Amino acid sequence: MKRSGILIRARPLMESLVTIIIGLLAGALFMIPFGYKPLVAYPALFRGAFGSIPDTLETLAFATPLMLTAVTFAIGVKTGLFNIGAEGQMYLGAIGATAIAGVIHLPPGVHVAVATAFAMLVGALWALPPALLKIWRGVHEVISTIMFNWIATHLSMYIAIYYLAQPGRAERTVPALPSARYPILTEEATLTAVIFVVLAFCIGIYIYLWGTKAGYELRLVGENPEAARYAGVSSRRAVLLSFIIGGLAAGLAGASQIIGRPPAWSLYATLGNVITLGFDGIGVALIGRNHPIGGIFAAILYGALQHGGRYMEYHAGVSSELVRAINGLIVVSLAVPEIGAIIRRRLKR
Amino acid sequence: MKTLSPLALKRGLWLLAVVLAILFIYGIEKAGLKPISLLEAALLAMTPLALTAVGECVNEKSGVVNIGLEGILLITSVTGVVGAEFFENGVLGLLVGALTGALIGFLFGIVSVYGRADQTVAGMGINIFALGFVPYLLMSIWAFPGIHLFPRELMVRPIFTFFGRLSPVAVAAIITAVLAHILLHRTVLGFRIRAAGEKPEAADVAGVRVDLIRIFASTLGGALCGLGGAFMPLAWFGGVVKEISAGRGFIALACVVFSGLEPLLALAAAFIFGFAEGFAYSVAVTPGVKEVIPFYFVNMLPYITTLLVVTLAIGRRRFPAASGRPYARE
Repeated sequence: MKRSGILIRARPLMESLVTIIIGLLAGALFMIPFGYKPLVAYPALFRGAFGSIPDTLETLAFATPLMLTAVTFAIGVKTGLFNIGAEGQMYLGAIGATAIAGVIHLPPGVHVAVATAFAMLVGALWALPPALLKIWRGVHEVISTIMFNWIATHLSMYIAIYYLAQPGRAERTVPALPSARYPILTEEATLTAVIFVVLAFCIGIYIYLWGTKAGYELRLVGENPEAARYAGVSSRRAVLLSFIIGGLAAGLAGASQIIGRPPAWSLYATLGNVITLGFDGIGVALIGRNHPIGGIFAAILYGALQHGGRYMEYHAGVSSELVRAINGLIVVSLAVPEIGAIIRRRLKR
Repeated sequence: MKTLSPLALKRGLWLLAVVLAILFIYGIEKAGLKPISLLEAALLAMTPLALTAVGECVNEKSGVVNIGLEGILLITSVTGVVGAEFFENGVLGLLVGALTGALIGFLFGIVSVYGRADQTVAGMGINIFALGFVPYLLMSIWAFPGIHLFPRELMVRPIFTFFGRLSPVAVAAIITAVLAHILLHRTVLGFRIRAAGEKPEAADVAGVRVDLIRIFASTLGGALCGLGGAFMPLAWFGGVVKEISAGRGFIALACVVFSGLEPLLALAAAFIFGFAEGFAYSVAVTPGVKEVIPFYFVNMLPYITTLLVVTLAIGRRRFPAASGRPYARE
């Protein structure tokens, strides 16, 4: 009995691993028509990701924002929502962090805290309209959050260029003042102390969801809306909370790339240093089984693919964007429950 | 709102729309814009939305919901250009785009029907895949991450009509919407498609192959979306970039929601959104305006319009009972 219990608990992990292998195999198939060699590219990718301690730390730096955007999506799923608005909320969070960190003068320590908190607040505010549209008008969050993502893209570029641009360097905003920067952990990687804040946030979400009454209600609305209604749980309140917490997470993700990521310490006017982190988080959340702790490990894995991808690009000539395509294929495989069933049938034989 | 009867509300909204349209045309004449050129721009912007939305209407009627349209638009815009350059013919490029779209739609159908996939997640997977695959293709084929411009001769030529230039694909999009309407409401196949989405168990008992119907609908939806994707570079922009679709797949989904899965209403919605986009670009280049309103705000207009329309115009429309749910014989 005990053994099968362990097997059942390990099942999601096994399924995630299998889909990752499917994704990597399919990625190899896409290399061949262009004359790339998967057997050169993939070893380069893994060496790049984990080959040395600085590389591993760099992988963690890549993973940091993804842990958060994964929380945004995962907490949506836990409430029965398909909230794909992390992208836009993260942009606005980055703008909020830049505004406080680059323009306003505050004492060290306080400055970091205020910039972080403000970024989270802005992210949550940007999550509010889709939440209210959902509650009041029944507008589907897939459409509303994507529209707000695109509005956020143009709004953030506008603010970055018109109000926050660094004089003489139009391609980026003013950098965060030293007092507003998270301390760098090692000179050999871009990892900063912001990762501890992020980990604490993810664990906090875990405790909230599984350890508090409000968190329980939130999950109940997602799992069984009927039961939630009979239990007198307000689904509107749960939806609102889910969006707001998701926005806080995405806002923090944006901040982590401004005040927690050398060497730029600023936002590029093209949004180049934050773009697609929100969408990547969807895949990360699904690989992590929509669990805030699972998301941490999935983010490290995807961070490894991203950091290793640059190495792969350098040594095998394969564009690192392929990593994102592989992520998409992993998501498609994860959508298929039959994959797990097929594997279980094979294992039983 | 609740005291108004639905019919009165509908009439009122139509009346309001007509009055606004007249005021609007008067206004843009005064502002020095040409209504004809605005109509040209609107029809261009309408085309990919209409093709995508009409295809998705048929798809959703059969019970398959594909939110990966954005990804299909992106991928097919690239494969369309690749096809056009390979065959040195723009129209064949459109065909390659449609075939790529059909292939993705077919695979999505297989995954949804036989894999019993969570269609929302699988569709999002297509979108994420495209986000990476399209820049990967741009780098691998043309070794350049930015815009790829192809020779002007490959552009699909517009027809010169009395009213101005008109893309043949725009005409095709309108015809497609009418044909889709006839398919769904006047043919046996259409009846089966609707049955597959409404009551797959009953359809199955009556001898309808729900699995094949759904895969057919998904393939058709993908093909139309692919035509829309290839249309963007080959008959509109004249080049391809990695974010060429700019949310149009989701605006098309908004059209579908607005239409309640009726192809003709989806076409109307696509025209509204196309008009908003055409208007935005016309305004953006108007002297006297472009200095005052930053380009960034003009760019937001299509998305704001979409939000307004889905918020104001739709009540809760009824969707097929088995929409998005996998069906398998017990």
